[in-house]
Amino acid sequence: MGHNTLPTRRKILTGMAAVGAASALPDVTRFAHAGSHSAPIKIGFQVHRTGIGAAYGRWYERTTNAAAKVINDLGGINGRPVEIVAEDDGTDPKRGAEVLEKFANQHGCDIAYGTLFSHVVIGSAPRAAELKLPYFVVSEGHHVASGMLNRYTLQPGITDVKSQVQAMAPWVASNLGKKVTMIYPDFAFGHDHRDYFSAAIEAQGGEVLAQIAIPPTETSFTKYFPQIPRETEIVYHVMVGPAVLTFVKEMGEFFGPNAPQLFGFVDSLEGVDFASPGLEFLEGSYFWEGMPRYAQSNQTSYDKFYRDSIGIDENGAARENAQDVSTYAHMFGCWETLFTIKDGMESSGYKGPEDRAKLIEAVEAISEMPESNEHPQGEKIFNGKTHQVFGVQYISQVEGGKMKVKHTTSLEDGYYPDEVDYTTQSF
Amino acid sequence: MRKSLTLHLGLIALLFALQFIAPAYHHGNLARIMVMASFAMGYNIMFGYTGLLSLGHAMFFAVGMYGMGLSATQLGLSIGPAFGVGILSALICSLIVGLLALRTIGVAFMIVTLMFSQTIFLTILYFGGITRGDEGFVIKQSTRQIFGLDLSDATTRYFAALLLFSLVLLGILWLVKSPTGRVLIAIRENEERAKMLGYDVWRHKLAAVVMSGTVSGAAGAAYGVLFGYVGASFSQVPYSIFPLLWVLLGGAGTVIGPFVGTLFMFYLIDLSSTVTDAYMLVVGVILVLLTMFARNGLMGIVRERWAKWLP
Repeated sequence: MGHNTLPTRRKILTGMAAVGAASALPDVTRFAHAGSHSAPIKIGFQVHRTGIGAAYGRWYERTTNAAAKVINDLGGINGRPVEIVAEDDGTDPKRGAEVLEKFANQHGCDIAYGTLFSHVVIGSAPRAAELKLPYFVVSEGHHVASGMLNRYTLQPGITDVKSQVQAMAPWVASNLGKKVTMIYPDFAFGHDHRDYFSAAIEAQGGEVLAQIAIPPTETSFTKYFPQIPRETEIVYHVMVGPAVLTFVKEMGEFFGPNAPQLFGFVDSLEGVDFASPGLEFLEGSYFWEGMPRYAQSNQTSYDKFYRDSIGIDENGAARENAQDVSTYAHMFGCWETLFTIKDGMESSGYKGPEDRAKLIEAVEAISEMPESNEHPQGEKIFNGKTHQVFGVQYISQVEGGKMKVKHTTSLEDGYYPDEVDYTTQSF
Repeated sequence: MRKSLTLHLGLIALLFALQFIAPAYHHGNLARIMVMASFAMGYNIMFGYTGLLSLGHAMFFAVGMYGMGLSATQLGLSIGPAFGVGILSALICSLIVGLLALRTIGVAFMIVTLMFSQTIFLTILYFGGITRGDEGFVIKQSTRQIFGLDLSDATTRYFAALLLFSLVLLGILWLVKSPTGRVLIAIRENEERAKMLGYDVWRHKLAAVVMSGTVSGAAGAAYGVLFGYVGASFSQVPYSIFPLLWVLLGGAGTVIGPFVGTLFMFYLIDLSSTVTDAYMLVVGVILVLLTMFARNGLMGIVRERWAKWLP
């Protein structure tokens, strides 16, 4: 039996190779066609299509494709069309690094872009520097501004967690209370919240009464709630992952109608419909939003243009399926990053990989990003030294199953002293 | 023995030659494949030659990686001694795990190794203050220098990976031909009989665990050094399953099989992901077919049909 299988397996592999070659044909045709006018600028998009980041990755991809279409409709970059070359990184740092190599050495991409999960960014960034491939991440991690990475890695489209958390503290302390209990997942994301918010609320005269770390393997949370001190005025929660619905439901059952104020990061409920059973308990509670999921009464024309371009309704869901809720608080980072890349390439007169260093210098020179169709989330300031953008944040309250913006922070609320100057590093 | 030496030295020579002719993308892939194949070869000592099925080998890879990474970043050791600390950490870890886990057999052994591995993963998260938990941390390019050589340079990295791979490959080739290796194979074939013949089975199994864990740890430390990243994802369950898959695909109990399996699996994922988004389905179907029709793995078939001498 086995004797006959070897050729069959070979045939399978040969067939796969043939299918692979065939699938590349449309690209070849396109290049041949484009080549007569101008070759496309190839942007390698490291996308979480599988693995734990897939829910985000799907919307990052949709946003990216929409932004690329807008850019191409406007004439492309330096008169050249933009081509998005997407590769699944499996939300895995090893595969992420491999994908960067593929962009640089096989696809011939000009830059790499789009990564969300911090461990994939950190696992890939050393390779970006070694390959001398500009790497624009959309991760909101503090890893870029902390100085951990390198000159080739930039985050110009989304603020980092340190800035976000710090910007929340003044309003929280003034409006919700000063005695806080924090509940967070016991891994790096949760630790960032623990450390940055504790410092920020104390700077506002507040106090963290208890820090309750939930192990990542936990599936039931009831046993943790009795650890919340009675005098707690606000419960600050940032649980993420599939157990978040259980967390909210059990928290509701524990507190009943006598709950303290609740403040959370919408990361917990990105892609989740607020009308989901079990989330009723969140009515009246507050959330950080990177960008308001629900179209507000004072919606800007920029937000409308952005929603229309991606195909999102006023509730932050896909136009074709109201149940398909987007990751609205984060995915604007893809849109804005692509437009920043466009700015950088145009101001540096980018022609090809030999201009990569000029591109990075041009992006480092960008400072102000006014609110616009290109930056629909709000105005921003890019810090060229730390490679990190700073912007406004939104605090929203759940009212009738929707989130209504109650406060927009200032840019200054999110500032902190520089921790690195990447411009001093050589290329 | 001559044929076998020719084959294995020939593979090393081929990989050496590929350094000069492989296109950049495949050149980088081969460096990574050689490191991961070393991990798989370490796994093969336990699984392929001794018959001990571990579901927790990610722990050894991760302990080697973190032993190297933390000693370089926290203690400020240069990369050579840090690499040594990585290997030593994996050796100590495998000795402790072996002493405890070998009190069990069969399914219980699998579960115990799986649990130990989970413990290592959770320990890394628990000490997030220094390990940076699930995010991991970078080994700076300036740290990755040895004897004036920059290990982040593509050529140096390739040769460093080839050196590790060659040492492990030839070391295991020597092991399986040695009296100790013969006893390990005897234990795999019939443990009771080996015991009756007077061999100290427990001690040999412990030696297999320690050798296997140490080699896997060396691969983990090498990955951190050569690719500049240390992260908790390498201690998670998938990285315990991968070496099992690579070894099964390439041929358990063959010296060269783990390399073939790692190479095959890498390009299977890489090529199928260019064809379809559902590449894991393609990979899954092919793995099922291989399991059904090539139970001894690719090199197992070669040994059965054409090269009975294959070690």
